[in-house]
Amino acid sequence: MDTRITNVVIAGLGGQGVIRAANILAETAFRAGLDVKQGEIHGMSQRGGSVTSDIRFGEKVYSPMVPDGCADYVLVMHPTQEDNNRHHLKEGGNFISVTRLLGEGQSKISDLDSDDSTPVTERNCNIALLGILSVFLSFDDALWEAAICANLPARVHADNLAVFAYGKQLAVR
Amino acid sequence: MTKDLEPQLLSGNQAVALAALHLGVSLGVGYPGTPSTEILENFSLIGGRAQWSPNEKVALEVGIGVAYGGGRTLVTMKHVGVNVAADPLFTVAYTGVRGGLVLVSADDPGMGSSQNEQDNRRFAVAASVMMLEPSDAQESYDFLFEAFRLSEKWQLPVLFRMTTRVCHSRGIVRPHAPAIPDMDPGFVRDPRAYVMIPGYARLAHKRMRHKMNEIQQWNESADLNRIYEGDPSLGIVTSGVSFLHTREAAPEASVLKLGMTYPLPIEKIRAFAKTVDRLLVIEENDPYLVEALRTAGIPCEGKAEMYRFGELNITRVKRIVTGDLTDETPPPPGKPPQLCQGCPHRMAFAVMKKFSCIIAGDIGCYTLSVLPPFETLDTCVCMGASLGVGLGLRHTLPAEEARRVVSVIGDSTFAHSGLTGVVEMVYNPPETGHVLVILDNGTTAMTGMQEHPGTGRSMDHQQTGKLVFENVIRSMGVPNVHVVNRPQDFEAVFRESLAKNELSVIILRKVCFLAEPKLAQYEAATRSSKD
Repeated sequence: MDTRITNVVIAGLGGQGVIRAANILAETAFRAGLDVKQGEIHGMSQRGGSVTSDIRFGEKVYSPMVPDGCADYVLVMHPTQEDNNRHHLKEGGNFISVTRLLGEGQSKISDLDSDDSTPVTERNCNIALLGILSVFLSFDDALWEAAICANLPARVHADNLAVFAYGKQLAVR
Repeated sequence: MTKDLEPQLLSGNQAVALAALHLGVSLGVGYPGTPSTEILENFSLIGGRAQWSPNEKVALEVGIGVAYGGGRTLVTMKHVGVNVAADPLFTVAYTGVRGGLVLVSADDPGMGSSQNEQDNRRFAVAASVMMLEPSDAQESYDFLFEAFRLSEKWQLPVLFRMTTRVCHSRGIVRPHAPAIPDMDPGFVRDPRAYVMIPGYARLAHKRMRHKMNEIQQWNESADLNRIYEGDPSLGIVTSGVSFLHTREAAPEASVLKLGMTYPLPIEKIRAFAKTVDRLLVIEENDPYLVEALRTAGIPCEGKAEMYRFGELNITRVKRIVTGDLTDETPPPPGKPPQLCQGCPHRMAFAVMKKFSCIIAGDIGCYTLSVLPPFETLDTCVCMGASLGVGLGLRHTLPAEEARRVVSVIGDSTFAHSGLTGVVEMVYNPPETGHVLVILDNGTTAMTGMQEHPGTGRSMDHQQTGKLVFENVIRSMGVPNVHVVNRPQDFEAVFRESLAKNELSVIILRKVCFLAEPKLAQYEAATRSSKD
């Protein structure tokens, strides 16, 4: 297993599930036996403002904050939050935006809800983005699935596992 | 091994809650405030006994009572809460305690959700209380054990200083065996210790100073302070979350990490200083350590003034190490928070804007009305200040302008420190009268929907005694008290109140729509328990 520190920033708006997605990623790394630190800004963010969470994992991690311009991956969950989060990304890093999930003719994430051809909705697009991210990381699917189930109520497990698989397959394609 | 002793991923706040449970803390008390709120919420959730007090002063006083009675108590608050609790803090430092008393101060460097970035390490010195500073979740857990051990060994309170990044960052915590106290609560009369008349307080002060000297000696060799040996060309003294950034920003440096930062192990620092060529202090906010080292005659370098503002991080620590004084690139602005669409407070602000009011505001969601689209709030100082500041403006402005001044406060904030403001209003009424608007949305919304005395439910949402604002305010002697339940009725009542040269209080009562589903559940549960 690669033991250098992997830096991930997840960004979006308050109420979108940024922290939930970050918790799932952190827990997956934890279940994989790695050291993990996860930082986030709470508080005023719950009033619809910008939210980011930093997740760092590797053999030994000290700081809970991803240094500016050092993120290996930036996941952006709202199209309006792309520009203000690019600065986190390192050169050659991977910028994964929710716009990748939008189909033809779709411009807003609420359009996802009206498209029955995919299992992705506005509410679960955070899990779809984790699916995309999973292709670049070396965690077993079983770890991801356990972390998803541990962080979501049982009645939505099946839907979210399907959305995760959809994101994963989208990235491979 | 029981489940809660397995390694787990926890925030600093959750780690403190788990440690409190494992330490048999008999009561957790506090007032909600970011970033401290989740400590007691989690403690309650995992089976601890915890309660919200109306404010931090009362919380600490309740905690002192528990500790005098021989119980262990954890008192939590945000940094500015310690200002409110300062009065009892300074004197419990003299009286000491019997059961352990640990006061968590959750500081907010960078002001993620606060009105200032005061550095509460100053409180440890000013009040002379021991101070521990954990740097991550594991230490938050471990240090709480140490804090209670120290508090009970020396029978003194301990200040447990956390910061936003320690409170809210998650990391792996490996719990250890629980350490439940062997002492049963019981009162032992000792007026010389607990009754601070001057004659007893003079003795108590000397006793406390004597103990603090002993503690300083003890701290010189305590393993709370650790040396990480490295290249002697650079030695760094640091504590708390700054230590974490330091290890990554300067991995080769020799580091002295301080866990107990008052009283300081000054001889240990002096000895460390002698082993390195360059001694640098890395700390957030005030130059607290730098000043202490220099006072002790230990030459050291601190950070430049520009790094006093906001949090540190790996990048900034690298800049401090290299002495980089060039301008920092501010991150691109994100979307600011705003008063929710559908918030029942919005109507009130639209009306007050229409009447060109000068609004003395307070601390809560409604403070956001200073931002677009309302841009109405004119002042916000501290919890409860809307009353005093509004009255002061009324006293001093020309009558025409004074009549436009209103005070606006939320329900939890009113219970916290609005009541004495009403007393002031009745006792020293301005010539033009005054109008107080209480925006009662039935919850402490800003910090995440905590209960308060006005909801009539305890921290765990069970029914308890209820502070009925209108009854209290009427009995305090305010002649005009209106309860408005429909936002659309607010304007008429407000216009009438503003036109009078009298004291009026308008309680606009409409539940926070984010809290509504949960509040309905709690009420249904209360009803069914009565059946």
